[in-house]
Amino acid sequence: MAGTFKFELVSPERILLAVDAEQVVVPGSEGDFAVLPGHAPVIATLRPGVLDVMAGGARKRLFVKSGFADVDPVRLTILAQKAYDVEEMTGSVVAEELKLAEAELAGAQSDEARTAADTLVNELRKISAKAA
Amino acid sequence: MASLKDMRNRIASVKATRKITKAMQMVAAAKLRRAQEAATAARPYAERMDAVLAGLASKVADKKSASPLLVGTGKDDVHLLVVMTAERGLCGGFNTNIAKLARADAQRLIAAGKTVKIMTVGRKGAENLKRDLNKNIVERTDLRGVRQIGFANAEELADKLLAMFDAGEFDVATMYFSEFRSVIAQKPTALQIIPAKIRETGGEDTSRSAHAVHEYEPSEEEVLGFLLNRNIATQVFRGLLENAASEQGARMTAMDNATRNAGDMINKLTIAYNRKRQANITKELIEIISGAEAL
Repeated sequence: MAGTFKFELVSPERILLAVDAEQVVVPGSEGDFAVLPGHAPVIATLRPGVLDVMAGGARKRLFVKSGFADVDPVRLTILAQKAYDVEEMTGSVVAEELKLAEAELAGAQSDEARTAADTLVNELRKISAKAA
Repeated sequence: MASLKDMRNRIASVKATRKITKAMQMVAAAKLRRAQEAATAARPYAERMDAVLAGLASKVADKKSASPLLVGTGKDDVHLLVVMTAERGLCGGFNTNIAKLARADAQRLIAAGKTVKIMTVGRKGAENLKRDLNKNIVERTDLRGVRQIGFANAEELADKLLAMFDAGEFDVATMYFSEFRSVIAQKPTALQIIPAKIRETGGEDTSRSAHAVHEYEPSEEEVLGFLLNRNIATQVFRGLLENAASEQGARMTAMDNATRNAGDMINKLTIAYNRKRQANITKELIEIISGAEAL
């Protein structure tokens, strides 16, 4: 499957990344899925997790905190509420996000909110374990 | 008649004022550029969101079970007006214009027998509206400490709005802010955010997602519910950014006018001062000459 598609990562404040990618692995709320050129059109919500972008032979990992993905055969747009480059996620950034997420988990009212906060905490723990 | 010394003092004070207004104008110009950049950078997100929502809404809209954020509560008895203004004055008619629009709508709604609640964002709007609508103000938010508006600020407001909506405290929410047209033109605007006004998917964007057959994960309803929630924050964010840019634009224009007026005033005062000074010299000369002649 040769070729590329347009990949855009957009946060409410600005466009974070716009590249031609060969493959992107998206952490969907129903499970991760990989997007290749010519993917069927899908709109999916995301869970907190790591986006794996293959562009120009290089691999880039980005952490996204909820949002949704709009996929069609020639492009993938991810509207993320918050996103970080995993490389830039140093101990302090993770620790801060983790603290926020844990507070959210403790204060969660509904089961849904608890599940969401729980995933977030787990993902962040994984990353902080790797960073340490 | 003012003495020469008084006039000198007056000129000096107007000159000082001109310096201040000039400085404020330049600060506003610099801030305006940043605010404009922020507004432009935020546009792609809002546009994509709109496109996806429009595509989804056209599919789900006919279902009775759709989210009340989209179809409303079925009533329109209680209106919430979210009035966004600046934290500071000295920006021409900016704050007053927004407040005026909101006040007119509030009075129209009250006259029609509806209940009106007001939520103010920014100190100036609260100050302006509390004169006659104080009892209608239910919530005040200050953004005074905020230097650069972030999405987090918008989210906080949106969460408040959603919590109020869930508690059944209002049926319709309208946001008042100033749309940034250009540096010299800002238009006070009312935008209904709950229930969401989704732009009809017209024929203009045939290539995009609106017409493609999408699959939805987890399900259309869930995605739509998620998006509608996010949409409130996005709209609020847009309002805040447009407002910030408009405020700086309005201040720049106002301060430019003030600087020019101060310049005109200095010219006039200087002419009057010089006349007076010459008149004094002439008078003294006449006194000396007539004194000498009398000898």
